[in-house]
Formats: sequence, C-alpha cells, structure tokens
Amino acid sequence: MSENKITNILVAGIGGQGVMTAAEILAQTALALGFDVKKTEVAGMAQRGGVVTSHVRFGDQVLSPAIPPGETDILVGFEPAEALRWVTHLRPDGVAMVNQVRQEPPVVSLGLYDYPDDPVAQMRQTGIEVHAFDAGAIARELGNLRLVNTVMLGAISEYLPFSPELLKEAILERFRARKPKLVEINEKAFEAGRATKATN
Amino acid sequence: MGWLSLPAIRLPDALRLSGLHTLRLEVTILNAVNPLPAADRRFMSGNEAVARGAWEAGCRVAAAYPGTPSTEILEYASQYEGMYTEWSINEKVSLEVAIGASLAGSRAFCAMKHVGLNVASDALMTETLIGIRGGLVIAVADDVGLSSSQNEQDSRFWGRFAHVPILEPSDAREAYQLTRTAFDLSEQFNTPVILRLTTRICHVKGVVSPGERQEFIHPEGFQKNPATQVMTPTNARHRIPLMYQREERIRQYSEECELNPIQEGSDRRIGFVTSGPAFMHVKESFPDAPVIKLGLSYPPPLEKIRALAGTVAQLVVVEEVEPLLETEIKAAGIPVLGKEILPRIGELSPSVLRPAIDRLLGEAPAAAEAEPASPAPEIKLEPGVNLFPRPPTMCVACPHLGIYYCLSKIKNTSISGDIGCYTLGAGQPWNALDTCVCMGASMGVALGLDKGRVEADANKRVIAVIGDSTFMHMGMQGLLNITYNKGNVTILLLDNRAVGMTGGQDNPASGRNLHGEETFHIDFRKVCEALGVKPERIHEVNPYELPNLFKALREEVKIDEPSVIITNQPCVLVDFYGVQPPFTVDEEKCTGCRNCLDVGCPAIFVTRRETVVKPNGKEKELAFVRIDSAVCTGCDLCPRTCGPDAIIPVQKTEDRGQKTE
Ligand SMILES: Cc1ncc(C[n+]2csc(CCOP(=O)(O)OP(=O)(O)O)c2C)c(N)n1
Ligand code: SF4
Ligand code: SF4
Ligand code: SF4
Repeated sequence: MSENKITNILVAGIGGQGVMTAAEILAQTALALGFDVKKTEVAGMAQRGGVVTSHVRFGDQVLSPAIPPGETDILVGFEPAEALRWVTHLRPDGVAMVNQVRQEPPVVSLGLYDYPDDPVAQMRQTGIEVHAFDAGAIARELGNLRLVNTVMLGAISEYLPFSPELLKEAILERFRARKPKLVEINEKAFEAGRATKATN
Repeated sequence: MGWLSLPAIRLPDALRLSGLHTLRLEVTILNAVNPLPAADRRFMSGNEAVARGAWEAGCRVAAAYPGTPSTEILEYASQYEGMYTEWSINEKVSLEVAIGASLAGSRAFCAMKHVGLNVASDALMTETLIGIRGGLVIAVADDVGLSSSQNEQDSRFWGRFAHVPILEPSDAREAYQLTRTAFDLSEQFNTPVILRLTTRICHVKGVVSPGERQEFIHPEGFQKNPATQVMTPTNARHRIPLMYQREERIRQYSEECELNPIQEGSDRRIGFVTSGPAFMHVKESFPDAPVIKLGLSYPPPLEKIRALAGTVAQLVVVEEVEPLLETEIKAAGIPVLGKEILPRIGELSPSVLRPAIDRLLGEAPAAAEAEPASPAPEIKLEPGVNLFPRPPTMCVACPHLGIYYCLSKIKNTSISGDIGCYTLGAGQPWNALDTCVCMGASMGVALGLDKGRVEADANKRVIAVIGDSTFMHMGMQGLLNITYNKGNVTILLLDNRAVGMTGGQDNPASGRNLHGEETFHIDFRKVCEALGVKPERIHEVNPYELPNLFKALREEVKIDEPSVIITNQPCVLVDFYGVQPPFTVDEEKCTGCRNCLDVGCPAIFVTRRETVVKPNGKEKELAFVRIDSAVCTGCDLCPRTCGPDAIIPVQKTEDRGQKTE
C-alpha cells in the first residue's frame, strides 16, 4: 500500500462560504492531472449556516472517500473556529491555512455558547504548522468578498503535490467558461493569497 | 502515473446488450483498478452516475419526490433527452408512475430517500407479484448517519419483505454500472430491482467513464393481461408461488454471478463479507484480507460465503446499518461476527473498522501503531472539543421566521409540526414546535392531541404547522380527516412556493415542473375549502406583516373549528425572490432590548452584552445588536419588532452620516 500515496485535503467552513467550490476546483485539477480522485461532502441539514466540510483525496487509487482522522495533509479553514474544530484531523506534519474572519453562529449571539477568544492560538498549541491571515480583507481590497475562495486556494497552492500554476490555471479556466469578466480579478486574488504565505 | 498509458478498457457497443453477457463484461470494469484515459474520465457524484446509468440503459420514464440524499438523481436525469422525468408529489406516486411505464413496455425508474420507500411500500408489496415488462428500478438512498433525516432505517429490509433483489454499489463508478445492470436483472428475472444507495454514495464524487445510450422498448406496447396485472385475491394467489420461485432463482444466480466476486488475499486471519461503501473501508483498512463483495446483496450467496468461511480463521460481516446479512449468514449455520464488534448505528469507516478488527486479533489499536514516533500533544489538549455547535438555521429573511416569532409569543398551545425547514422552529430562539414524526403527520397528530386531551389541557390550543410540499405529499388527507371528524385545530399552511428543505425545487405551489415549465398552479384556498374548511375560516396572510399574522392567529385559535392560515411569501431560494435594500442598526437608538433576536434571523448579531439592575431590583440582560447588511435582504421583519425604531434602512445612516460630517 505504501506506494499508493494519497493526498488528503480537508476544506472546512460554513454553508454559503464557497467550501464546496474550492474543493471541487482542487478535485478537478487533480483529476485533470490523471489522479484517481474522490470528494465527499459532509453538510449539515439544509446546509444553511451549518458546518460544511469537504474531503478531497487523490492518488493512484482512492478507496474510502472520507479522510481518516489524523491523516489530513492540508486543512483549508474558511473560518477560524471551524479550522479549530478540525485541527485534530491533521497529521502531525500537516499544514493548516486559516482565514481569520470570524463568523459567529446564532447560538453565540443568543448567549448560549461562547466563541473562543483565539482559535488560531489554540491550533498552534498542537504544534501543527498553522498559517492564518485575513482573506476577507484581501478580498474586500480587491472589491469582491466572494474572492475569499480564490484567495484561500492561492494561499495553499504552494503546499500541493503539483505546481501552483496548474491550480491557478484550473480556477481561471472555470471563470473563462462561466464569467470571463472575473478572470483577471481572480488571478489577482490567487496571487495575493499565494503571497500571504511569506508573511506568516 | 505510468498507468495513464494503459490501453482503454472499452466495450464495443454491440456487446452492450441486455442479459447475462453484459453483466459479466460490466463486472470486468467494476474490478479494474486503472481508469480510462482523461477524455473518458468524468468526475461524477453517485447521484449523477445513477442518472447517467439509467439514461444509458434506455430508461424512458423516471420519477421522484425530492429527499436528501437522493434529490439530485432526478435533477441530473432531467437534463437528458429521450427520458420523461417528473417531480411526483410523493414517493408512492413516483413508484406507481414507474410501474405504469414498465407495463407500457418502457424501462422505468424512480428514486427516493429511505423513508420515501415506506411511503411507496404499499405499491411495492403488490408490484412484486405483478412483475415487470420494461425493466423497473427503484433507487433508494439511506441516510446513514442522519445528515438530514428523521430516522436511520436500513431500507434493505424492504427487499427482503418484497422478495426483490438488491444491488449495492460501493462508489460512484459502481453506481453507474450497477444502475445499468439493474435494468437487465429486472428483465432477466421479471422483478422490480432495488438499487440501494447511501449518503456516502449519493454525495461522493468519483471517476466515472460513461458510455452510450441503448434504446430499449417493447414495440408491441401495453398488453392486457388481467391474470398477471389485476391483483384481485384470486389472481394474486397464483402469483405468490411464482414470486418465491423467482427469489430462489435469483438466489442461485447470486451464487454464480460475478456481481459477488471473491477477492483473494494473503492474510487469512480474517475474511470479510461486505457490501456498499463498507467495501471501500474494508479494502482501505485490510488490503491483504480476502473479501467477498456483494454487489447483489440480496439474496446473498450463502454457499459462496460458506466456502470463504472455510478458508479463513474468522469471518466478519461489515454492513451498514442493521445486521441483515449477518443474521442470514448465521441462520445458514456459518460462523460469523458482525455487530458484536461493529456499531449498529451510524456510518462505518476505516477509523471504526480498524480498531475493532485489531481488538478482535488481540492487537493494539491501529491508531497508536500508525504514529509511534509522534508525540501527539494534541490528544492531551483536545483542541476544539468544547467548541460551540453550529446547527443549521433558517435562512436570512426566511418567510417562516415571522411565523415562529408569533408562535413563540402565543401561550398555552400544543404545536404539532411536520417535516421541512420549519421543523427548525423547534430550536432556538423560538422553541415553538412540539412534535415531528413523518411527512404529513402534523395533521393526524394535531387531531389526536385534540381528541385525546385530558382535563389539564382543556384550554390548550392545538396548532398544526405544515409546508406546501408536505401538505401536498401527505397532508391533504389529514386535513380532510380533521374536518370530517370535527377537529378543533388551527392549521398554519406555510406556502413558500417551493420545496425549501431539499434546495428549493419546483412543485404545484410554484406552478412550474421539474423542467421549469409553467404548469398547473395549486390554489390552496380552494383545496382547503374542498376539504371541508369553511371559507370564512381560511385566511391568507403575509408572514412578514406581524400585526396581521398575530391577529389571524389569536382569532382563529379561539374558534372551536378547523381553520387554516395560509402564508403567501416565497422561500429565499426561488429565482423570483425579490431582494430589497438592506437594514442596519442605529447604535445610538438601540436599547439592547433583545426583541429583534427573537426573530431568529441569522443576519442579526450581538455586539455587546450588559447587565443592568431595574428599578424593581431585578437584573436584566441587555444585548446590543448589529445587522450584517451584506446579507440582509431587507425583508422588513425585524424592524417591526423594534420599539425604539433603531433598525433603519442602510440608506438613512449614510444620509445621516453626511449631515453630521
Ligand atoms: C417521506 C419523505 N420524503 C421526503 C422527505 C424529504 N423532505 C423533508 S422536508 C421535505 C419537503 C419540505 O417542503 P415544504 O413542506 O414545502 O417545506 P419547506 O422546507 O419549503 O419549508 C422533503 C421533501 C422526507 N423527510 N420524508
Ligand atoms: S430554504 Fe427557504 S424555507 Fe428553507 S429556511 Fe431557507 S428560506 Fe426558509
Ligand atoms: S429590537 Fe431594536 S432596540 Fe431592541 S435590541 Fe434590537 S435593534 Fe436594539
Ligand atoms: S430585515 Fe431583519 S429579519 Fe429581514 S433579512 Fe434583514 S436583518 Fe433579517
């Protein structure tokens, strides 16, 4: 089995943040490169405001679709508390890339639960390599909050077993086909995400 | 990636005929490890793969009622040419439509979630006596792990109950192949076939290599044959032995066919019997163990299993959810372990399987074994363990919010609920739904709460809450039962013009069909009238206009006869939903009274809390709020709950800002 190296990417966030799209792009890129790929989503009921995780696994042959706990190579956290929720799913030498923008659920607003003071600090205590940055601010600066998705993909692109250019090309190709006007801005978002790596 | 240069495994179209021949060839692909060249490899979910398989099999009629995790099957199916597809109003109807189409000489298909088959089971239990003309396939998707369902039933029971074969794919690729196989099998044995899926098949994407469509029809069309198609007692009596004989023939076939291969392995300490996604978990966890994989899991090939049992030290059945295979294998006198060591609830996975088997072998848990070098400090710290939950909420501006705001403020009620987004009304902040059983149950349960009331509840008002789709699925009969039996129930019919819960599908309340074409648009007022509700007891209200809603509710609960309050605003998921300019909170005016939080709109956030002591000495918790104007749709609901008028259109703050600057 050892020759069958599987790459495990866990994308976590909440409904409506683009978790599934990010995972889909990663999976499609791996597919185009000839890997066997499986992608499974765990979305809570009705997917509204609930936790959404997407597991992307690729390699020579992928059998079970869900990443076993403790075997995630890259955790892409779209929200800090959600990243914290899944941090134990990383392998000790795994990498977490976290968007610092907090989103409090209604149960916190209603005073039933507390939001952790510093989820990223808690993640770092595990000894895992954590990169955290404000992807929301980058997206806002570029003029469109929806770009968070592309920023996050840019940020993890250096950690993938294939070149960042391939991932970028896959994203831009998707926009060329659907919304050609957004190609340029997504390229900027990708590069901005990629550049943050150096600062953390 | 050297395997990319392998020759493509392709079937000449001429060989894609129905019957045994194809089954064997398809299984060859089933076990092939290496996928086809890039151009032929498509990334599909199990649901998409089933739709593709049905279409390629020449299926001409496909029907379904939406339900997680099966919903997308018909959404994908509707995109193919040459296949009539419909949203049926419930699962029983969808199966009946498929039965009719099969008898008409076409290959036919229906899809449903697990509980849908309970609804359709009345049709299934007699259809199994009739048999088929065009292949008839029933896809049923079990929500193992309850991601979005009211129970976790194992629908494989239905195959046993109805004496029909069950096919169980273990990933998207097999879902595609076995869907095609299912039609062949149906015709080969003159039986409906159950294609059993689970959430981990439906919603998992994998690599599929689709083929071409093969047309299939019985050109002579529908044939009158009362003896086999009119199930009177006399006719049915003759069909029963035939059904049992058929089951025996399929049992024999199950022993011989290549849908149930034995994969040999060098480690003979444990052999596995498995089906569905569990097969992947077994292969991933114990790649060297011998496995019998049941693609045709009912009737199980008991002799083949017995033979495997004789060559391994122990045999273990790995199945989701109930010990069905296990019980049958044990009954055949074959020593086997199953639910003694594996959970009977929830999903299986390598992380569940490995430790259980390691314990069985008397070895240390695999987890500790796999990472001996890592200090693993995270286990001590347990980060994220006490983290808040993030339960699903109703959408920002959902038309149900106003309803639950009102219901939470009306005292002395028993609220019988139903299944849909509005079931969330049972949760925070409303706590205004007291029962939820199954589709349409709000009606019958409400009548029961009324008729079964004891003295202590003499003044309780019984309210039923039901959505448009659920009302049309199973609620209408219950309403008729209320009026006929002179019940005292106030019914809230939440018509949001869509099947919200499953993603906003069209239905007779939207007046559009699966293809988005205009069609009959139900008039709920007329329906309720026809079902016996007095015209003056039927009210249509805008659920965002709280005063009207309160008034209608308060008045109707007082009246001792059935009344219906119908809401008339759409789900935010529909394409015609009209977004208005957003609101914001004027922080100078906000008194922290928390009223707007009772609406439960997820766009409203608390910014700061404060405890104040009131003149009477009591403490009061204040919560000052903010509205996320980027997501607020301007539905104008929460402003109506704010006494000091602190919730104002975004426009106004900007004006004010300019003035003060
Ligand atoms: C027998 C059965 N079929 C399907 C489902 C899946 N399901 C749950 S709620 C629902 C429909 C909800 O629509 P509606 O009543 O209009 O309420 P909404 O979600 O739009 O508020 C469906 C199809 C189910 N739970 N049970
Ligand atoms: S999907 Fe529609 S009905 Fe369901 S919570 Fe959202 S707005 Fe409400
Ligand atoms: S209802 Fe008005 S005053 Fe009360 S908390 Fe909400 S915004 Fe503030
Ligand atoms: S007006 Fe109030 S209730 Fe309506 S969407 Fe905006 S914040 Fe939510």
